Amino acid sequence: MSEETITAEDPITGEAIEIPADVEVGEIIDSPITGAELEVVAVDPVALEEAPELEEDWGE
Amino acid sequence: MNVGVLYSRIRRDEKLLLSELRDRGHEVTKIDVRTERFGVHGRPETFEGLDIVVDRCLATSRSRYITRFVDAYDVPVVNDPETAAVCADKARNSLALAEADVPTPATEVTFTKEAAMESIEEFGYPCVLKPVIGSWGRLMAKIDSRDAAEAILEHKETLGHYEHKVFYIQEFVEKPGRDIRVVATDGEPIAAMARSSEHWLTNAARGAETESIEITEEMADLVERASEAVGGGLLGVDLMEMGDAYTVHEVNHTVEFKALNEVTEIDVPAAVVDWLEARVRNVEVTA
Repeated sequence: MSEETITAEDPITGEAIEIPADVEVGEIIDSPITGAELEVVAVDPVALEEAPELEEDWGE
Repeated sequence: MNVGVLYSRIRRDEKLLLSELRDRGHEVTKIDVRTERFGVHGRPETFEGLDIVVDRCLATSRSRYITRFVDAYDVPVVNDPETAAVCADKARNSLALAEADVPTPATEVTFTKEAAMESIEEFGYPCVLKPVIGSWGRLMAKIDSRDAAEAILEHKETLGHYEHKVFYIQEFVEKPGRDIRVVATDGEPIAAMARSSEHWLTNAARGAETESIEITEEMADLVERASEAVGGGLLGVDLMEMGDAYTVHEVNHTVEFKALNEVTEIDVPAAVVDWLEARVRNVEVTA
């Protein structure tokens, strides 16, 4: 995995955050500001949304 | 090969798998199950040309249906729908293990809180009440007294969803502060880890400490039998130590392996992809 980062907008706070450059659509990352889970919904340019809440049947 | 990966979230586990597949030059088709539509007549275009599909759905309900659809589209799917159906449901999981004479904790299922209470009293305290669907230790209750049992059963009965009215009651196993997770492909162990916690729940997802452990012959034998009992595939077999023996409490069908990969010297995603490649080769040979 690359350690390079890119800048994206945190969808909750609107602030700029640094995220790994090799993210891909569907990937879940933690917001470095709020700790909330964010989902990568687009790359080039990167767009983030608040990830869906945990549901009862999630798991292994 | 062209590998379809069913997902709704790309976690570290999926990222490791995707990276390994791409590094080996395989084509990867990511399939977001939240946007896909699954018709009963004919194969959707998304599934054309795929050599194998790997189900990495986080939601059990989706996993159970989607594996059926992919199987109906005549695309090999890991894990197959029957394995997914058995592993997704704790009652079916326990039944399959018991039927195959794999040691597994004593378990009863009841459909009313009155019958559940009888079962709990017979097991004695503590015993364990689990939801039949669910993971990561959520909504699991260690019941220490009759008062607690009555309260939990009442809550479950009024929670709403019918699955909470299927009461899955199990003996409490006095494990030595840890349980064991073995990741295996068709019963062949890849690697194992111990998950330790002071809490009675020792799921890695709940912050248990993990360390690599050696796979003994007895463990390997149980893993092979447990895997066969649920139909084989890429599985996480969970064992508890009971003195010198082991008991298998669960087999997981969309197994997470990032925690294991961090503690073992074995490259788990590489071993998984080795197995997927072999599966596809076998399909090609027999086709």
